[in-house]
Amino acid sequence: METLDIKKSASGAKPATPAAKPAETKSISGSEAVLEALLAEGVDVLFGYPGGAIMPIYDALYDYQDKLQHILVRHEQGGIHAAQGYARTSGKVGVVFATSGPGATNLVTGLADAMIDSTPLVAVTGQVFASLLGTDAFQETDVINITTPVTKWNYQVTDATEIPAILAKAFYIARTGRPGPVLIDITKNAQIQKFDYQGYTPCHHVRSYRPKPIIRKEYIEQAAKLINAAAKPFVLFGQGIILGSAEKEFKAFIEKAGLPAAATILGLSSLPTTHPLHVGMLGMHGNYAPNVLTNECDVLIAIGMRFDDRVTGRLDKYAKQAKVIHLDIDPAEIDKNVKAEVPVWGDCKETLPLLTALVEKKSHDEWLGKFRELEKKEVEQVIYPELNPTSEQLTMGEVLKSLNELTGGKAVIVTDVGQHQMVACRYATFTDTKSNVTSGGLGTMGFGLPAAIGAKYGAPDRTVVAIIGDGGIQMTIQELGTIMQFGAAVKILILNNQFLGMVRQWQQLFNDKRYSFVNITSPDYVAVAKGYHIEAARIDARADLKTALKTMLDHPGAYLLEVMVGKENNVFPMVPQGCSVSEIRLS
Amino acid sequence: MSKQEFTITVYTENQIGLLNRIAIMFSRRKINIESLNTSPSEVEGIHRFTIVINEFEDVVRKLCRQIEKQVEVLKAYFNTNDELIWQEMALYKVPTDEIAEKVKVERLLREYGARAVVIRKDYTVFETTGHREETDRLIKALEPFGLIEFVRSARVAIIKDSNGFHEKLKEFEASEPGEELIENEYLDKASEVFTM
Ligand SMILES: Cc1ncc(C[n+]2csc(CCOP(=O)(O)OP(=O)(O)O)c2C)c(N)n1
Repeated sequence: METLDIKKSASGAKPATPAAKPAETKSISGSEAVLEALLAEGVDVLFGYPGGAIMPIYDALYDYQDKLQHILVRHEQGGIHAAQGYARTSGKVGVVFATSGPGATNLVTGLADAMIDSTPLVAVTGQVFASLLGTDAFQETDVINITTPVTKWNYQVTDATEIPAILAKAFYIARTGRPGPVLIDITKNAQIQKFDYQGYTPCHHVRSYRPKPIIRKEYIEQAAKLINAAAKPFVLFGQGIILGSAEKEFKAFIEKAGLPAAATILGLSSLPTTHPLHVGMLGMHGNYAPNVLTNECDVLIAIGMRFDDRVTGRLDKYAKQAKVIHLDIDPAEIDKNVKAEVPVWGDCKETLPLLTALVEKKSHDEWLGKFRELEKKEVEQVIYPELNPTSEQLTMGEVLKSLNELTGGKAVIVTDVGQHQMVACRYATFTDTKSNVTSGGLGTMGFGLPAAIGAKYGAPDRTVVAIIGDGGIQMTIQELGTIMQFGAAVKILILNNQFLGMVRQWQQLFNDKRYSFVNITSPDYVAVAKGYHIEAARIDARADLKTALKTMLDHPGAYLLEVMVGKENNVFPMVPQGCSVSEIRLS
Repeated sequence: MSKQEFTITVYTENQIGLLNRIAIMFSRRKINIESLNTSPSEVEGIHRFTIVINEFEDVVRKLCRQIEKQVEVLKAYFNTNDELIWQEMALYKVPTDEIAEKVKVERLLREYGARAVVIRKDYTVFETTGHREETDRLIKALEPFGLIEFVRSARVAIIKDSNGFHEKLKEFEASEPGEELIENEYLDKASEVFTM
C-alpha cells in the first residue's frame, strides 16, 4: 500500500504517461532502469564497487560502458568521497554505487560529510532479496535506518516498477533547495525484476517538499534599510553562493554597497581572493581582521552560511553589538545559532539582486581601512614569517606560496584535514569559483585523496592539487590504485610534518606538550607511489621547492610530491575553543 | 522562561521509515518524548503525528523547523495546552469478584466518567478518557481493589484555532506556491503560532 502512495507523490503532479500516443513500452529490468535514470539525469561518470547484492546492476552496467564511465575505487569510502569531489567541482550530482552490508556501511562517513557540507549525491546500494529482509541474511544490514540521520532523504525499493520515479525523486531532492545526499537501497529481486518501462520522467515537484522558501519583499526592504544606515557593515559569505551559482550576484551586491566580505572555509573561491573587498577567511584559524571586527561591526550580513561553532567561537560573545541579516535557503538555519534581526529567506541567486537594487552605492573606506590595518598586524606577526621563514626547515605556508606562483591561483585545491588544510585555505589564492574542495563541517581525514580523484573527473580541464598530511594520506592511500587504473591526473602534495600535526598543536598549547600518540610514522611514499606506477619525488630543502612543484605540475599524469616540513610548526592565528572571536591569538 | 508541555502536530506523507526519521530528531537532542501518537488525519492519505514533550519554547520552535525540513513532512505545528483540546484514553483491569463485592460499580463508573468494556467472571476492564489527572484519579480509586493491569494511550489533540489541512494541502500540491501561501509563519507570530 505504501509503495503505491509513494509512486503517486514521487513524480509529483504529472503522471508519467505522455498525452498524445500511448507510450511504446518495453520490458526492461530494474537494473537497466537504474542506468537509464542515470543517463536521463545527465550522469557521465560514477564511482563504485561491486558485490553480491548489487551484481544485477553491475551486470547491466556491462552493456552501458560506452555511455557511463564507471570508476572502480578501492574502498567504498573512497567512492563516496570521489563522488563528493566530483559534485563540488562540477556542480552536478555525484553518484556512487555500493553493495549491501559492508559496502553500504563504508559509505556512512561520506554521507555524513556530504550532509553537513550540503553536497548533492545519489548513493545506490544493493540490498538482499526482499523476502530475506529481517532474517539476518548474508550481508544484510538495515541501511535505511543506519543512514537516516545522515541523508537528506533515503528510500528502499523492493519493486522494480518504482525505480524510475524513485530515482527521479532522488536526483531532484539531492540537487534542489539546500542540496544533500540521498540514498536509494534496492533489493536484489527489484534489480532483476522485468517490468514495462514507460520511459523516464524527471521530477519537478514533491508536494511535501518545498526546496525554496518564498521570498518576502518586506524583509528585503528591511535588510536594505539596515545596510544603507550602517556605518560598519560586514558580510560573511558561505558555500550558499557557490551552491546557488550566485557568484556574480554576490560580487555585484558587495561592490555596489562597498561591503567588506569574509569567507567561511566552504565559501572560499566564490569571490576571487584578490578582490579588494575580500578581507579573508573566518573561523578558528581564519584571518585576524575579520575575526576581531566581527565584534565591532554594526550590521552583520550573513549569506549562505550557517554560523558553525568553528566560525563563531563563543556564541554568547559573538557579534552582540551587531544587527544580523541572514540570507539562507534553509529556513531551519535562521536563528539556529545566531539570532537574526532580519531573516531573508530564499535562494541567494534571487534575493541578492533584489537587495542590490535597494542598497545605496557607497564605499566604506574608513571601515575597510580598519581591516587593512589589522591585516598589517597579521602579516607582520604571522604571514610574513610563515611565507618567508628563516628556519632551515620548510614551512607549509611557503609551499603554498610557491604553488600559488606556479598555478596563478587557477588550480582546484583539494585538502584533507588538519594543519595543512588550514594553511592551504589560509594561503591558497583562488581566481575561479568551485576551486576549494575540503571537508568543512565533518573534518573527515581521508577525504583528500579520493575527493581529488572525483574533483578531476568533475573538472577534467583544470589542474587539481590534493594537499594532504602524513596522517590523512594513510587513511585512504589505497585510492592510489584507482589513479593507477583509471589515470586521473591528480597532483598529490603530501606535507609531511611527521606528526598528526593539528592534534599535536592542541596538545602543545592546551595539554602541556604531552604528546599522546601523535607521532605517526610514514612509509616511503615515493616507493609506494612507484609501486602504483605513479611518478613521485620527495624533497626537504628550500632550494628544491620550486622546481619540484613545477615538475609535479608539468608532469602530464598523476604525480606525488612529498615535502618534508617543520615538525612542530603551529597554525596561527587561532581562536582557542571556548573563546570569543575577538580573543584570537596571533601566537 | 521555563520548560513547559508542548504538543507538536506533524502532518506527513504516509511512508515507512518516517517515524524513525522524526523520532531521531528528538533523541539526537536528548529530548524525551512524553507521548507519541500516529493516526490518519482529516485528509485522506495524510498522516498526523501528535508528539508531547517538555521543553523551552525556543527549542521547540527550532525543532519544528528541523522536522518540517524532512522531505516527507508537510507541516509541523506546536502548541501549548491551552491552545488545544486533548484527551488520553486508559484501560484498567480489575478482579470482578473483588470489585463487585466492595463497590457500587455503577456509582464508581459515573463518578469517574468510566465505562465497563468487558465484564467476565474473573476480571473486568474499565475504560476512561480524559486529561492525565482524570485517568490518574481512577488508578487511585481502583488500586485498593487489586488493579491487575493498567495502560494509557498517547495524547491525541485538536488545535482550537485550526481550520484543518484540506486547504493547506492544496497549497502544497501546487508546484508554484501563490502569494497567499504564508510559510515561515513562526517568524512574525511567535505568540500566535498556528496560522493557516
Ligand atoms: C577520521 C578522522 N579521525 C581523526 C580526526 C582528528 N584529527 C583532526 S586533524 C588530525 C591530525 C591530522 O594529521 P595529518 O594528516 O598528519 O595532518 P597535519 O595536521 O599534520 O597537517 C586528527 C587526528 C579527524 N579529523 N578525522
